Amino acid sequence: METKFIELFKEVLELEDKNVNLTDEFRQYDEWDSLVYLSIIAMLDDEYDIVIETDEFKKILTVGDLMEEVKKRTSK
Amino acid sequence: MGFQNFKNIKVQGFAACVPKHIENNENLNLLGDSEQIIKFIETTGIKQRHTVKGQSIRTSDMCLVAAEKLLKELNWNKNDVDCLLFVSQTSDYIFPATSCILQDKLGLSNDCFTMDISLGCSGWIHGMATISALLQNGGFKKGLLLAGDTSTMTKSPFDKSSYPLFGDAGTATAIEFVEGVDGIMVHTSTDGKGHGAIIIPDGGFRNFYSPESEIYKEYEDGSRRNNLQTFMDGAAVFTFGITKGPRSVFALAEKYNLNLAEIDYFVFHQANKFMVEKIRNKIKIPSEKVPYSLDEYGNTSCSSIPLTIVTRLSNKIQNEKLKIMTCAFGVGLSWGSIYFETDGIVCPEIIMI
Repeated sequence: METKFIELFKEVLELEDKNVNLTDEFRQYDEWDSLVYLSIIAMLDDEYDIVIETDEFKKILTVGDLMEEVKKRTSK
Repeated sequence: MGFQNFKNIKVQGFAACVPKHIENNENLNLLGDSEQIIKFIETTGIKQRHTVKGQSIRTSDMCLVAAEKLLKELNWNKNDVDCLLFVSQTSDYIFPATSCILQDKLGLSNDCFTMDISLGCSGWIHGMATISALLQNGGFKKGLLLAGDTSTMTKSPFDKSSYPLFGDAGTATAIEFVEGVDGIMVHTSTDGKGHGAIIIPDGGFRNFYSPESEIYKEYEDGSRRNNLQTFMDGAAVFTFGITKGPRSVFALAEKYNLNLAEIDYFVFHQANKFMVEKIRNKIKIPSEKVPYSLDEYGNTSCSSIPLTIVTRLSNKIQNEKLKIMTCAFGVGLSWGSIYFETDGIVCPEIIMI
């Protein structure tokens, strides 16, 4: 699950060559902007069928946080 | 729940009117440098919008022009129009209702049923459901649904998250009671939990106007707006649109056994291309079945569906039998879909004033 998630995440941010760590605060990436955020929303919906509300998303800071949230919501 | 099949209801024609004046996003400094401008246009698909900027044209004026044209093309006697609904969130006045004023301006009978509906992007869907319900037992036979907005008047010119997306327009849809036809199929939904996602905070009666309402505040992305201007949570609205939109279309198709592959055109509310493309892909619709008017007209709120039909499907809808699925989602939060069929109907060219 972890590998796939990191792959999808890198694809959305167009970070193929970069090393992404779970401890990275993704909002600090140069590539991060409001459009990328929307693409993440679309990716989470397409690939995991989950929707993270704006208020909830604000609490998610690192790549690892996001992955954990996805794991939590998909493990039913 | 949320489904309605209005038998004996026929869509007889569409007309639309926009201001002549164009605002071009290619020259919009608000968007930033030329790289940012290009990125914006590529993502949203919105190159330009027709706007009422600097003029005294209002929603009801545009709807009036569209209605006059439509009535003429249909050869309908004004005295026979039983019902007039006006859908807008940019009415002439707080009161009286604009539909009353339009009854007079159009020269309709005093016995015409008139009503205003306050809805935005989902307005044409809900307006069609309402007018169809009113006509469906044959007491009323001919109805006009006027839908439009001067959205640009409700946006801060310093807010790059909303100002460059919207255009102004007024449209008219003619509906008639015709015994024996299958009619139209509708799905509608509401979620007031999302009412804060698209809102003008002040100026209503909840937060009455005060001098503080006019104070501009600066926000994270550098945008500036005051409480008499629209706040829109882009991410929340995007999430909502790409999930609820497809679900509504699928649910309508399932409920009424519609084969999505046999549908000729899917006309979506013209929010922005990024969002509509996501919806199109989710429903797996080939791109030639999804017309866009937002490149030229922007997001025109409740008039976006009829405007897209008039500007992109006019020829086809006048000359061919068509199966059309429409879907809209927006402020409220409110959303829905309508399926209907046409068999060569009236659809004059767009009018610019």
